[in-house]
Parts: sequence; structure tokens; C-alpha cells
Amino acid sequence: MHAIREALAGFRRAPLLTGLSVAMIALSVFVLGLFGVAAHNIQIVLDQVEARVEVVAYLRDDASHAEIEALRANVAGLPHVRDVIHITRRQALELARIQLRDFEAVFTGLETNPFPASIEVTLHSGQRSAEAVHRVAAALGDYPVVEDVRYGQDWLDKVYLLRRVAAAASVVVGIAFAAVAALIIGAAIRLAVFARREEIRIMRLVGATNSFIRRPFLLEGLMAGAAGSLLALPATFIVFRLLSDAVVDLVWIPDLWIVTGIVIGSVFGMVASAVAVHRHLQEI
Amino acid sequence: MIHFQNVSREFPRVGRALDGVTLSIRKGEFVFLTGHSGAGKTTILRLVHVADMPTEGEVRVNGYDTRRLRPKDVSMLRRKIGYVFQDFRLLPDRTAAENVAFALEVTGARPAVIRAKVGRLLARVGLAAKAQAHPAELSGGEQQRVAVARALANEPILLLADEPTGNLDERATRGIHELFRDINAAGTAVLIATHDAQILRRSVGVRTMELEHGKVVYDSQQEQA
Repeated sequence: MHAIREALAGFRRAPLLTGLSVAMIALSVFVLGLFGVAAHNIQIVLDQVEARVEVVAYLRDDASHAEIEALRANVAGLPHVRDVIHITRRQALELARIQLRDFEAVFTGLETNPFPASIEVTLHSGQRSAEAVHRVAAALGDYPVVEDVRYGQDWLDKVYLLRRVAAAASVVVGIAFAAVAALIIGAAIRLAVFARREEIRIMRLVGATNSFIRRPFLLEGLMAGAAGSLLALPATFIVFRLLSDAVVDLVWIPDLWIVTGIVIGSVFGMVASAVAVHRHLQEI
Repeated sequence: MIHFQNVSREFPRVGRALDGVTLSIRKGEFVFLTGHSGAGKTTILRLVHVADMPTEGEVRVNGYDTRRLRPKDVSMLRRKIGYVFQDFRLLPDRTAAENVAFALEVTGARPAVIRAKVGRLLARVGLAAKAQAHPAELSGGEQQRVAVARALANEPILLLADEPTGNLDERATRGIHELFRDINAAGTAVLIATHDAQILRRSVGVRTMELEHGKVVYDSQQEQA
């Protein structure tokens, strides 16, 4: 009870300093929030791209129906494989006509069908790693009826590289902003401890334990962290709306991320306070 | 209650504030520590309050060797030792009642208990009518009374006072001195560091120890013995 009252009193006694702490935490969480929106949308795009990853095996023109069926059955039994579709030469031509309408003239009046039959292999969601795709492609290439295997190796590798870079960037930027926020909170708590040094001296004088002295500061850090995180939420949403309306259609971050962000901001405020209080109380 | 055995305290660049001091103060005693500035009076009070440690020797307070106390034990011991300063050390943004209540809040006392006790304490030091006044609205003597009430909040067995009348006029000095005598009469040991000649003149029969260059050069009790 005393800690809550003192933490609130600390806000009242030094509103400018407290406001600055809250604003700095809000700014840090706001930037992290924007990064979260970006990371979430990159992830969605990556998932969409990944969902379209498939391995196509082009078949020899002389492949018999029995050979194709055997191939189909064997490939369907491979690990990671979700679906195997056989596209005949006639179906390939029809698909080309539908998908490439601008070239309709080229497809009319053909004397022979130039498209080969193929086997289209899709993998289970979450199992479309580069290694899995390579393995399935290599297995298909071993069959004599298969003339060629395509799976866009170059861009598939690039997609996975982009994802790794995005993940690493998230960690690096997250740590950088957390460090800046910790420095700001540390400075704010140092000033708060300094502003209340007389009160702390008297607390010690009358027999307050160290934990009793620290508690209001920890609570103040927790409340500043929570207030900053809560302020960052609408700010992030406003920028998200502006970007979404004016630049590119974006998806808002999941609720769990929001709750996690507020919890992280609050705990972070408290931990930064604990470190600062521990250090600066020794100076008094 | 207080035992110093060959206690020395040396500060870097300053030198020895205390030099082999041995003294004993019993429960319920009233003792003046006198001497010029820098003689070592405040150092003795700080060692008793466990705000400092001796460089050599042993300090025992209420049976505890202060060197062996853990931080939490120090806090518990301080609750049994009231401390009054020359500059009062009141929190300027709190009322007289809140300043006294502060000493009770740190012990985790319930609000109802704190309210009742603060009322009694302020009445005891003659400030019941000024409970809601802030320090700036009180005279020096009144501020020192608030500081005394705060020091008494946890019913100490020992009251330390460091030049408690240094900032007060003669009338306020007399009042504070009488207050200390009353507190002592109720059973609390009182140890006052002062070089206020007025107080000493009025305190005939009270044990007085004089310090010089960190040594006890006179103890009225030993003289009588």
C-alpha cells in the first residue's frame, strides 16, 4: 500500500521527469511496435510465397500411363509431400490458354501441342524448407520418365534468405531499442533517486529495509513502463492506419503481440528501475 | 546498552576521528557528549546508529556487535534507536503528522494504528494543534519537536541527538532540553552530542563525556567514582 502511494506520489512530485520517462518508453515501444507491424506483414508475405512453393517434374512424351501412375504413387509416399497432381499435355495447353490470355493467338492453330505432361508436387505447410524441397526434387529427378525438374531454386533460396535476414534484423533492432530504453529509464530513475535522496536518507534513519526503500521505485518503473506501452499502442495504430491507407495495404498485429508488448514494456520498466535503484542507492 | 572497546575510526586524507575510545552507556542513562567541532562526537553517534563502522575495535549496541549485523538486522536495530539532528531533516512537502507517520509506515504499521500513534506523539511534544502544518510553517523549535516525535515513533530504547539545539534560540533550546529529560524519565536512554554551554550549565548531575582529538578526556561518572 505504501509502495503504491509513494510510486503515485513520485509521479506527482516530479511530473516533468516522470512524463519524460513515460514518453521515452512510449517512443521505444512505439518504434518496436512499428517494427512489429513490419515484421508481421513480412511474415504474412513470406507465408503466402511459401504456400506457393511447389516442385514440378516434366515428363517424357513417351511416358506410359502405368509409369506415370507408379511415379505418382511413389512420390506421394515421400516425407513432406502433401499432394501430387498429374497434369496431362492437353491440360497443360488448356491452362496456358487460361492463364496467358494475351498470347491466345499463339495457342490457336497449333499443329502439335508443345507442352509436356507434368507432375506437380506440393509439400505440407510448415515443411517447405529449402532442404525438403531439394530432397523431393532430387528424388523426382531419379525417375527415368522425368525429363526435367523445376522448383525455382534461386528465388526459393532468396525467400528463405530474406526471412533469415528479417529475423536477425528483428533481434538486432529489438535489442538496440531495448538498450536505448534501458539507458533512458536508468537516467530517469537516477534523477528520481537523486530528487528523493533526502527521503531515502530519512527512510534509512528510521529503519526502513532496503526492499522497502526499493519497492516504490520498482513500482514506479513498472507503471512508467505500462503507461509508456499503453501510449505507444494508439500511436502505432495511427501510423499503421496512415501507412495502410496511403502506401500499402497492411495487416494489424495480433492481440497476443499487443498484450506481450505491454507486458514486456512494463516488466522492462521495472527491471531497468531495479538495476538503476540498486546502483544509485549505494551512492546515497 | 552501548559498549565501545578500543574503537578507532580513521578517514582517508582526514585522519583519525576516534582514537582508541572505550566507553559504556547503560540502559536508561542520560549522557552528554561534549567537545569542539571535529572532536569525534558525531562519529560516535554514527557508529552507534550503524551508519558507520570502526576501523579498529568493537562497537556493541543492545548486545549486538555492529560488524556482524546483516543489512536487515541493521534496519531492525535502527527502529529501536531514535535520531535527532541539528537541521531537523524533515520532509518539506509533508505535514508534521505525515513526517511522524513516515517512521511508522516503514515498519508496516496499519493506517489506523499510525493515525492514533501520530496524534499521541504530536501531543507529547506539544504540537497536536499543528499536525497539518508543513515544516516551513513551523518555527525552528517546533520543527525540532516534530523531529523528536518522529524519533520516538517506534518507541526507541535509545535516543541519539546530534547538536539538537544548534539552530534554536534560548527559549526553544530550553523546551527541547526539557522534552529530552521527560523522554529519559520515561525509560529511554538519551545520548546528546553538543557543545551548547547553556544546556551543559543547566544539566548539573547529568553524566558528561568530553572528547578531544578523538579521545575521551573526561567522563563525569569516572570522576565521581
